[in-house]
Amino acid sequence: MNSFIILLTGMALVTYLPRMLPLVILSEIELSPFWKRFMLYIPPAALSALIFPGILQATDSVFAALAGGLTAVLLAYFKFSLLAVVLVSILTVFIFQFLI
Amino acid sequence: MSDKTIIEKQSRPGKYHFQRGLRDGLPVAIGYLPIAVTFGVISRTAGLPSLAAVLMSLLVFAGASQFVAVELIAAGAAFPGIVATTFFVNLRHILMSATVSEKLPGLSRGWLAMLAFGITDESFSLLATDRRHRLPAFYVLGVILLPYLAWTAGSAAGVVLGGQLPGMLESSMEIALYAMFLGLIVPEIKSSSSKLKVALIALALSSLISWNPLHNISQGWRITLSTVGAAFLGAVIFTGDDKDE
Repeated sequence: MNSFIILLTGMALVTYLPRMLPLVILSEIELSPFWKRFMLYIPPAALSALIFPGILQATDSVFAALAGGLTAVLLAYFKFSLLAVVLVSILTVFIFQFLI
Repeated sequence: MSDKTIIEKQSRPGKYHFQRGLRDGLPVAIGYLPIAVTFGVISRTAGLPSLAAVLMSLLVFAGASQFVAVELIAAGAAFPGIVATTFFVNLRHILMSATVSEKLPGLSRGWLAMLAFGITDESFSLLATDRRHRLPAFYVLGVILLPYLAWTAGSAAGVVLGGQLPGMLESSMEIALYAMFLGLIVPEIKSSSSKLKVALIALALSSLISWNPLHNISQGWRITLSTVGAAFLGAVIFTGDDKDE
């Protein structure tokens, strides 16, 4: 167990530093317009990369995953709350897996 | 707006923001549960001591890297190698943390150092797409608290249960985080055509990297490269004002 403590400490440290340093340092720096635009585009870019193609392997079947994804898009488009989006998508995938 | 509402808005107590944060973080917590349980189950089969598995969730709190670490431990990899891999898998948080920092001006270093621990793909998605320009510290604290508890408690449950959950329910719940990402990206790209284009560029890059026949690139690097590439192109191409409608 002692050797695991060393491993965990190392892992914790190298995970925490990339989270902490930009937050502490950048909050004191005023970015140029270019880098402000860059930051503005990070969320849609990152979300897109997080979603695809990972979503295809999210559940046991690609079709169930696509059904769940489509449900989420529709509900979000019509401004349902995030919790509703998540819960109804889970339900859709559950029903879909039941059917196929 | 009357004077009274202005004062109320300015002096809303931390408790109000904290509770709103808890509520907004709930979908993330729900999404984490099945993944955390799976992590607990896998780390037990990999021969990791129960306490070490739970401690890893408590101290590291970064899903993908924990799965990779457990795989490496099972394969008998040396610890320095595992730490180095963890570093690279989690390096993408630099981008996310930098983006979130834009929304936390004027916070003390102590606050920032504490909140930084809770920056994950999911909390970043929530915080970065928030319509407000400035987020109260207590709100951020609320957002990251329930997911953290769910991640740790789920890992412990997985270690104890050891794969006794009904597979179909667990498999259904794994859509949760993707549903949340979709729920966050849709309003973003609906309101701005340049953000939509950036999202499509990132989608194309991510698919290209994922399905290229030459190199097997890890998931962490795929996300980082597509994000940086698409955001950079966006910043170069879309220089005009793209007002949110």
